[in-house]
Amino acid sequence: MSSSTISPPAETGNRYLVSGEHHPANGTMLGFWLYLMSDCLIFAVLFAMYGVVGGNYAAGPSPKDLFDLELVAVNTAMLLLSSITYGMAMLEMQRHRVKPTMLWLAVTGLFGLAFVGIEMYEFHHLIHEGAGPQRSAFLSAFFTLVGTHGLHVSFGIVWLVVLLTQLGRWGLTAANRRRLACLSLFWHFLDVIWIGVFTVVYLMGALR
Amino acid sequence: MSAANVHGSDARPVESHVHGHDEGHHDGDELPHASLRGYLIGFLLSVFLTAIPFWLVIGEVFADKRITTAIIVVFAIAQMLVHVVYFLHLDTRSQAGWNMLAAIFTIVLVVIAISGSLWVMYHMNANMMPMDEHELRNQP
Repeated sequence: MSSSTISPPAETGNRYLVSGEHHPANGTMLGFWLYLMSDCLIFAVLFAMYGVVGGNYAAGPSPKDLFDLELVAVNTAMLLLSSITYGMAMLEMQRHRVKPTMLWLAVTGLFGLAFVGIEMYEFHHLIHEGAGPQRSAFLSAFFTLVGTHGLHVSFGIVWLVVLLTQLGRWGLTAANRRRLACLSLFWHFLDVIWIGVFTVVYLMGALR
Repeated sequence: MSAANVHGSDARPVESHVHGHDEGHHDGDELPHASLRGYLIGFLLSVFLTAIPFWLVIGEVFADKRITTAIIVVFAIAQMLVHVVYFLHLDTRSQAGWNMLAAIFTIVLVVIAISGSLWVMYHMNANMMPMDEHELRNQP
């Protein structure tokens, strides 16, 4: 780009290898952040849809009839606990200790599994009661929004298991550290989305 | 946002000097540096900001639902900020500010998409032609 990289100083006769412009060495973290922002837009659209049709019950059940807030509180606790345990894993990663990192990651995965399990129990219960996604616009929007979040968490767990095997095999290499940092962003991002879900869908649904 | 500069910034140089044996190009330095203190503060704030809304709704503390709604929305926004600062480590310095710029752009888009959809659709609802008696009686 700049002319100084093309013409080396003639008096020394040395040859230089200049690798283009200086850019942040870790483009992956910026790229992954941009992916998260686009994912954020997907959830924004789903939230907007829920906001628009969330009151259309088609003479069917309303949030007040369906949602068990105690169960949602337990679910929220699971996700919050998984966030702090992932934080512990990142701290151990910074100390270059493989085993504690893997241990905290495994605990995080278990909390994530508990979250998905409780959510699947809730979905199963709703569908069993006849409040499936085809019942009303409200329930279609509910299953789409909460289900998309649950799918994200499920894929996060798959990613986490893959990373555990990677760590077990290769240890805390630079690539694995970068992957852990990406999954950390993904995991905490899902917790941020869940704040919106439990506030808008469950708590405001109970107040409706 | 000033809280983001408080945590971790003191530990940063120490960490990078102790673990300076990354393969050549200091890959670890580019990753966000977390601190136990930051995670604990974030976690305690989150517990607080989660428990209060659930308590307000389950315990039906306020008779007026609009007050409860306003409070839980404010708490949700506060908790999102706590997560972004203490868990996602978003600050104006990461990736030379591009992370923050992308986040602000996304927030603007999210606000437009959600508030715009709600605004337009509720007005459409209000502007619908009123049903006559026959239609009302034969509603599905």
